[in-house]
Amino acid sequence: MIRLDRRPEPSRAWTIATPFVAVALTMVAGGLMFALLGKDPVEAIRTIFWDPLFGDFASYSRPQLLVKAGPLILIAIGLSLGFRAGIWNIGAEGQYILGAICAAATGLAIYPAETWIVFPAMIVAGALGGLLWAMIPALLKVRFGTNEVLVSLMLVYVAEALLASMSLGLLRNPEGMGFPGSRNLAQYPSAANLDLIPGTGLHWGVALAFAAVIVGQVVMTRHQLGFRVRLAGQSPRAAVFGGVNPGWLVVVCMGISGGLAGLAGMFEVAGPAGRLSIDFNVGYGFTAIIVAFLGRLNPIGILLAGLLMALTYIGGELAQLQMNLPLAAIQMFQGMLLFFLLAVDLLTNFSIRFGRRVAA
Amino acid sequence: MTTPLLELSGLTKAYPGVVANSEVSFDIARGEVHALLGENGAGKSTLVKTIYGLVQPDAGTMRLDGQPFAPPEPRAARAAGVAMVFQHFSLFDAMSVAENVALGMETPPALNRLAAQIREVSQSYGLPLDPDRIVGDLSAGERQRVEIVRCLLQEPRLLIMDEPTSVLTPQEVQILFETLRKLRAEGVSILYISHKLEEIRTICDSATILRHGKVVGKCDPKVTAARDMAEQMVGATLSTPSRAGGRTGEVVLELTGLSAPAPRAFGTALKHIDLSLRAGEVLGIGGVAGNGQDELAMALSGEMSVAPGMIRLKGREIGTVGVNARRRMGLLCAPEERMGHAAAPDMSLTENALLTAGPREDLVRHGFLRWGRARGFAERVIERFDVRTPGAGTAARALSGGNLQKFVIGREIMQRPEVLVVNQPTWGVDAAAAATIRQALLDLAEAGAALIVISQDLDELMEISDRFAALNGGSLSAPRPAEGLGIDEIGMMLGGAHDMTPAHGEG
Repeated sequence: MIRLDRRPEPSRAWTIATPFVAVALTMVAGGLMFALLGKDPVEAIRTIFWDPLFGDFASYSRPQLLVKAGPLILIAIGLSLGFRAGIWNIGAEGQYILGAICAAATGLAIYPAETWIVFPAMIVAGALGGLLWAMIPALLKVRFGTNEVLVSLMLVYVAEALLASMSLGLLRNPEGMGFPGSRNLAQYPSAANLDLIPGTGLHWGVALAFAAVIVGQVVMTRHQLGFRVRLAGQSPRAAVFGGVNPGWLVVVCMGISGGLAGLAGMFEVAGPAGRLSIDFNVGYGFTAIIVAFLGRLNPIGILLAGLLMALTYIGGELAQLQMNLPLAAIQMFQGMLLFFLLAVDLLTNFSIRFGRRVAA
Repeated sequence: MTTPLLELSGLTKAYPGVVANSEVSFDIARGEVHALLGENGAGKSTLVKTIYGLVQPDAGTMRLDGQPFAPPEPRAARAAGVAMVFQHFSLFDAMSVAENVALGMETPPALNRLAAQIREVSQSYGLPLDPDRIVGDLSAGERQRVEIVRCLLQEPRLLIMDEPTSVLTPQEVQILFETLRKLRAEGVSILYISHKLEEIRTICDSATILRHGKVVGKCDPKVTAARDMAEQMVGATLSTPSRAGGRTGEVVLELTGLSAPAPRAFGTALKHIDLSLRAGEVLGIGGVAGNGQDELAMALSGEMSVAPGMIRLKGREIGTVGVNARRRMGLLCAPEERMGHAAAPDMSLTENALLTAGPREDLVRHGFLRWGRARGFAERVIERFDVRTPGAGTAARALSGGNLQKFVIGREIMQRPEVLVVNQPTWGVDAAAAATIRQALLDLAEAGAALIVISQDLDELMEISDRFAALNGGSLSAPRPAEGLGIDEIGMMLGGAHDMTPAHGEG
């Protein structure tokens, strides 16, 4: 008989160990799945985890690691703040899209003037776009007690419709010969978000993501905001007693996560993506939720988790190309990662006992 | 009638790090009220959970009616005739009495038949109860009746009652005792858990005293002095808190027509509370739980906002002022519920020090936390109030209830409040620690602070209060000097038996 005993205090060792155990279990279960699909599991795991960094095409895929990890980390840092407070912003994808639309619109409004103001203006517009989009679920929650999970999630689909409308209509490239999509901002020097060090994938957004990790870590461990966030998440009543205004906290957390998601969208549209198009968003906003939890809602953890997640994305693409693995299998593999993490997470607060119960 | 109803021999149960019961042996005779006495943490709960089948002992045996008895789960215990009334009720507020009773039964009869049974049983035992009423509207005493009637419907041979009088007015206690006497006369045995010694002397036929999980004494409570029993429970001689004089200063806190709607369903609305409190004074507020204690404490702490003029602190209107701003002004609060309200269970004691002491102890500067100072403050509280913990880094939930209580009360006292509101300051704390806390409260008043002590423990209130008032249905009675106040007068102030005059002797 297996029993779970609550630990008097969360285990520190398990807090650190769970992500590694979860990754290991994912490799085993994923390998099993690949084997059942008739592929060599060792080769599949190697293609996903090893080849992107050190394989034959690593010179192409290595910069992609930062390009993909940057937005994931940036969004996940913002989300983790709210998640710790028990405020569930599930709509980062929509805030990401709105950030991109607002930034692109700002850049395109100034086009083709070359002035230094374009890029900063786009940054502000991107952050504001995401922030304001997140204020919709935030204010509805504070004022009317609506569920922020539902509202923020639904707004993703509104944002997607808005994106389609923008890339087909208002923001469509007038010289694009009727193809949907905006002008390429990466080819507009004042607006382009290029690699800071060419060939590394390290653009401004990635730099900001690293900065967000550091600021996030300081806020969580040393600042009153971080303390209040943790307090509100752990015991809402104690938080009110400690002087936290729950409505204020919802607005702050949703605002920060929305703003960071908007910034991620801005850097993406001005750099790696270059243009707004119907398929501009590729799910960073949703994957960032996994990254946030995989990183245990801890900024340093999120940094590592973001890099790992980016690796499975790139490796997953490689595996699709080289080994003919279906996309669904790759997505399932990524899903397993979250599944095992949440399952193993139990060990932080509980210890497992294999004991017999004294029967009557 | 020669064999006892229940024999316990050598019951032992260990949890990681603590032995809850060690070689506990005693007998419960048929038709007796047997008291189980002990401090919090003495192992009373574990022992009754063992009898009720919630806990499996590591060693030792039980015999019921001479037959081996080892219930693997409560259902088996109930089938064998053991019923239990828990200290914390497990009732659903939104459902009727009959529905709640039905939920606790293996095979409930049709609701109208059950309602008739409830009426019958409650009448015959002098516990009037309307099966159609919604539980959320009942007083604590009436809720307890639901639990008792639920047990009586099973026709138990052994009824276990865990701290049954903690939620009752003196009059309601008398009603309960009548019921227990009736049950005893019918041959039902009762295991009565309490630390209120006078009650035990009134109602119980024999007593077993537990300390640190061991049986340290057995006595006949009718002939043993309460003080002797208390000292056996604690294992030390007790001292009564004392204070020098009753000098009071100017009015510091004034409540004028304090009214507020109930903050949640089945909460209590505050109705026109008028009060003025002087520096150096201790005002005791009694009342049965659920009569507005929490709401009054929240209105005073600032967790619940009221009209500005309803609360004045040193002449300033603070009805809408926030929690931390009130702390800065010298008004501090210690809520009743330790876990999740006064303290965050998963946070360390240092972090819990930050929870309330930030503004007054200068633990936050420019929004940044000063961990060193916070730890220092937590360590001072731990030392001064003898909080048993490995250190300030320990999570609050790892502390025993009494130790955490010492910490959360100590945390407020150490901030040198001008006005301190405490709700149930010694709830669940052992006698020695309770004496420490009461003494600290009196010392604080002596130093010129004004205190409001909300408690359900009347003995405690009489011991430390200068004036006494009672909350009843959200209204506060006019405060009266505590000295010379008789138990009957107090009972009347508490609202008597809440229009539930007992049916004893009537039919």
